[in-house]
Amino acid sequence: MQKPLPHGRVIHPWPLRLTHWVNAVVIVIMIGSGWQIYDASPLFGFTFPPLVTVGGWLGAAIACHLACMWFLVANGLVYFIWSLASGHFRKFFPIRPAEVWRDLRAALGFRLEHELGVYNAVQRLLYIGVLVAGVVVVLSGLSIWKPVQLWFICDALGGYSVARYVHFFAMTAIAGFIAIHLLLVLMVPKVLPPMITGGRIEP
Amino acid sequence: MSQINRRDILFRALALGAVSSLPACNYEDPNNPDLADKFLHAMSAWNDRIQQALFNPRTLAPSFTADEITRPPRFNAYYDISQVTVVDPATYRLQLGGQIQDKTPWTLAGLNALPQEQQITRLICVEGWRVIGQWGGVPLGSFLRRVGADTTCRYVSFRCADGYYSSIDMASALHPQTILALSFLGAPLTPPFGAPVRLRIPTKLGFKNPKSLVQLGVTNVYPGGYWEDQGYNWFSGS
Repeated sequence: MQKPLPHGRVIHPWPLRLTHWVNAVVIVIMIGSGWQIYDASPLFGFTFPPLVTVGGWLGAAIACHLACMWFLVANGLVYFIWSLASGHFRKFFPIRPAEVWRDLRAALGFRLEHELGVYNAVQRLLYIGVLVAGVVVVLSGLSIWKPVQLWFICDALGGYSVARYVHFFAMTAIAGFIAIHLLLVLMVPKVLPPMITGGRIEP
Repeated sequence: MSQINRRDILFRALALGAVSSLPACNYEDPNNPDLADKFLHAMSAWNDRIQQALFNPRTLAPSFTADEITRPPRFNAYYDISQVTVVDPATYRLQLGGQIQDKTPWTLAGLNALPQEQQITRLICVEGWRVIGQWGGVPLGSFLRRVGADTTCRYVSFRCADGYYSSIDMASALHPQTILALSFLGAPLTPPFGAPVRLRIPTKLGFKNPKSLVQLGVTNVYPGGYWEDQGYNWFSGS
């Protein structure tokens, strides 16, 4: 296990908080407008009800989706560059299967203690998973948007038709992450204020 | 907006993810855009510029084999197939307008006498589905040069027998796979699929492939389009 941060250190530095909240807003618009676009030509035997879609009709949903994608990607790049430069990604490693199993059982039994500023093994796995899903959702989105000009990305993902499914499942992974993420925040509400104020580990 | 309304909307958005009730992203009235509409228009114009920069005149849309053709073909329009406008091929004329030297209207026989190209390409609809079809016709680039069009102009505009209209950028108009299609699946175009002449442009989305063309223009004045004027992205390249 990684040692806790020294006392008095900020738990979530401002670049992390900023990119987190920008992402929170943008991802809701992206998923909602994506569901509206999906409804125009569903891949499966269901559609998303208007209550949870963004745009109201296909043209507006596409406009929202293709406008907000730039903010999603720009914000994501800021996050990745900051994380690499600051060493933030070190908090995600190592991931050991035994620790994941131990923390997962503890979490499901409501016995997992949350230590502010430290990611447990399940958190690490989920965070890395959602980052990978984020990269996949952008690449598959580019494949659907520009299958001719960006043919090399599209081909790498198996072509246009496959890329639509890849995009859908990457969205599903992100939506699943958000559901678990929000559930955990509800269960451990003390983690919310530091994501707004930065928080400090009290001496 | 009242305080109660604000709080109510915020609550609904947070509780249900019902962002669709926010006064944003609706394009309800194109003539009276609100702040969100203006933002979306600005981003759509930005996306046009990005797509123009991304467009490579030498990158070809993928070609397919004859057994990959979608059968039966899929009809699509903003109206039902029973309401398709039927154009009489005998009296048909393609009118030319704008920055073109020889504006003599073209008959169907005249167009059929020009050198033809065949393609088996994929049509991707803005809705997401795609079909593969075979089209044959006159490359638009060679047609524009033949009639003395000013190819330094920015736009080529199209008007259709059914009132539909659209426009494309000149670089895409000169792309080798952009054709004035006269045939579909090896036979002359039928009315549901754009008889007697349609635009076939596999480097753009389906709605940028107007059917039953009656007028072609070359211009520097932005011509818009039926869907484009309602909020679809103008360039809509693939």
